[in-house]
Amino acid sequence: MSTVHMKINGTPVEVSSEMTLLQAAKTVNVNIPTLCYHPDLPAWAACGICVVKLENSPKMVRACATPVAEGMSIITHDPELHQIRKTVLELILSTHPNSCLTCGRNGSCELQRLAGEFGIREQPYEIRLKDLPKDESTPSIVLNPEKCINCGRCAQVCQEVQGVWALEFVGRGEHTIIAPAANLLLDDSPCIKCGQCSAHCPVGAIFEKDQTRNFLNAVNDTTKKVIVQIAPAVRVAIGEGFDADPGCVCTGKTYAALRRLGADVVFDTNFAADLTIMEEGSELVQRLTQGSGPLPQITSCCPAWTDYMEKYAPDMIPHFSTAKSPMMMQGALTKTYYAEKAKIDPKDIFSVAIMPCTAKKYEITRDDNMFASGQQDVDLVLTTRELIRLIKASGIDFVNLPDEKADSPIGMYAGAGTLFGNTGGVMEAAIRTAYTLVTGENMKDVNVTAVRGMEGVKRGSVDFNGTEVKVAVAHGMGNVTELIEEVRQAREQNLPIPYHFIEVMACRGGCIAGGGQPYATTDEVRLQRISGLYADDERSTIRCSHENPEIQTLYKDYLGAPLSEKSHHLLHTTYQERKLYKK
Amino acid sequence: MSVKNDTIEFPDELLAFIRVWKEKPGNLIMVLHKVQEEYGYIPREAADRVSELLEVPLAKIYGVITFYHFFKLTKPGKYNMQVCLGTACYLKGGDTLLEELENLLGIKTNEVTDDGLYSIEAVRCVGCCGLAPVLVVGEEVFGKVTKDQLPGIISKFKK
Ligand code: SF4
Ligand code: SF4
Ligand code: SF4
Ligand code: FES
Repeated sequence: MSTVHMKINGTPVEVSSEMTLLQAAKTVNVNIPTLCYHPDLPAWAACGICVVKLENSPKMVRACATPVAEGMSIITHDPELHQIRKTVLELILSTHPNSCLTCGRNGSCELQRLAGEFGIREQPYEIRLKDLPKDESTPSIVLNPEKCINCGRCAQVCQEVQGVWALEFVGRGEHTIIAPAANLLLDDSPCIKCGQCSAHCPVGAIFEKDQTRNFLNAVNDTTKKVIVQIAPAVRVAIGEGFDADPGCVCTGKTYAALRRLGADVVFDTNFAADLTIMEEGSELVQRLTQGSGPLPQITSCCPAWTDYMEKYAPDMIPHFSTAKSPMMMQGALTKTYYAEKAKIDPKDIFSVAIMPCTAKKYEITRDDNMFASGQQDVDLVLTTRELIRLIKASGIDFVNLPDEKADSPIGMYAGAGTLFGNTGGVMEAAIRTAYTLVTGENMKDVNVTAVRGMEGVKRGSVDFNGTEVKVAVAHGMGNVTELIEEVRQAREQNLPIPYHFIEVMACRGGCIAGGGQPYATTDEVRLQRISGLYADDERSTIRCSHENPEIQTLYKDYLGAPLSEKSHHLLHTTYQERKLYKK
Repeated sequence: MSVKNDTIEFPDELLAFIRVWKEKPGNLIMVLHKVQEEYGYIPREAADRVSELLEVPLAKIYGVITFYHFFKLTKPGKYNMQVCLGTACYLKGGDTLLEELENLLGIKTNEVTDDGLYSIEAVRCVGCCGLAPVLVVGEEVFGKVTKDQLPGIISKFKK
């Protein structure tokens, strides 16, 4: 790594030559304010708040987009820069509504925070607000162009990271807005509902569809039994809403909080993650040993990914595991297996899922298979962010809650189940069980390190007692194209299949960085949340899904065996080719 | 590779042009120019087709079409009323002409009347500054136009 010597506010420093001025300043504990810049994305240098002075030059440069250079000397803060930055903010505020109190980002908005820090007390510039309708067409996110400050983050994440191209800057000058092509609504565009735009927007211009009221109404309704499940990734991020570090495992407190909020029964989606492994793992073994379907088998637990595939790569449909996502399996069992056991009419159950994900709001009604119990299997999805708000508004002192346990008979989980929340985790969990199904014995070391880590595409192979099983993992939707191309090429040129099993998650890092997770997610935060899940796995006495005793009972008492007729009816689904643009 | 909406068939000449330009940088704007020459505007189906042929996302195409004033998204009316908003015309009240025209025809700039007869467009300097403010309809140029003359001008273009 080559380095350069430079001065930051007079302090000599030696930094990596790859750094930007923004990063270099961080090394000497100087924070330059930013607004359009996000560490996940290439600098777009749109807002100008990060300007710094170059010494011995009248020029000012944008720190987020300017690389360091040998001998450079910069001033990051002085009264003049303070005034310039304040002016930048005042200009932005002259086109931004003052409706902070009723905004979804009140308290978490980056513009609001900067306005506070710079002590903006008046609006010296003529107010020119946009008058544009909200786009509430998708079940997942709301686009409010009036609040957009044209920072470009959403378009960049949607185009460059997710490879979806649902959003683009449309128009020019002060009439520029963020929107889908051809004046269409998001729901008619290729949008996969991943919510990454909402997780990256610095202001309240794109946010999750808030359904907290539906939850409160349900707990208020005495005829309804409210049954809640929580996803793997929620437990390692929810604490951030209460000033805990990312990665702090808050499973027991989340159960407790849900009960205080009025949930009658609390289950854990991790249970159904174990179940998914039983079904999906058995499906893989069937494809491997009996050729019951094409290889590679591809995971299907991410609804944003299945939506992407149905639109962008429908030729991959036969490769998809037919297993439903853990959330949908949990929902179907709640209204059948559990309802029968507890002698409750499934019509009286209101089934809620707490998810890191905005696409899950879409998944619950995506097709008829989501009504396997005869009712809607999951009635409501709340994101982690919505749950945090509910807990706060209900006066629950989350951090000091005693840890509680999930309810039986579908609440217990193996370490494998919890790994569903991060990239590589589904693969690792599946390998643990598939290995046993194929070889008849458990793996000696269940840690599958080849599929761990933040590399966008990971490739590896596992030795199943002499048989090599080749696997690949992609996360960040755009990264999947590489793998799809490899599979297509092999198919077209009659080459040996490149992989047996592929795991795909739409969000970078997996669900731990889903579109509904607490804000300010960066790679640093992703890694902390991921290590939380690995710690949760390692602490578990049972590490493999097939050893989960509640899973064993479920098969013995109810389903029979993996891929049984009953399993197929409740736990499997189908996919269909869809138009990229509905209109 | 995905299910398609209604499509449009491009004439061979246009297809050949696209083939030539496909691999060249800056091809999108060139191709869109050619499409507009062909149809008078960029119909949605044509944008879909360009997206497919050049393998460029539709959203990117709309980003470009809406950025450059030159590109039109709607089919202009039979009589496209072009109001000059160049500096000279603007200073002489080009914008009030535009406003009055919008009122009289009941449409906004860049819209077309329901019968397809009229559309309104604001254009850059047409080079007749001596005649400011200027209104152009097809080949005909009207100079030193006042608001009161507009109904008369409109009624000249009826069929
Ligand atoms: S939800 Fe995902 S696909 Fe849809 S606009 Fe946002 S980033 Fe793009
Ligand atoms: S919607 Fe949000 S992220 Fe997108 S450009 Fe506007 S302010 Fe930036
Ligand atoms: S990776 Fe997880 S959070 Fe992201 S869209 Fe897929 S299921 Fe949702
Ligand atoms: S943060 Fe650098 S220009 Fe916006």
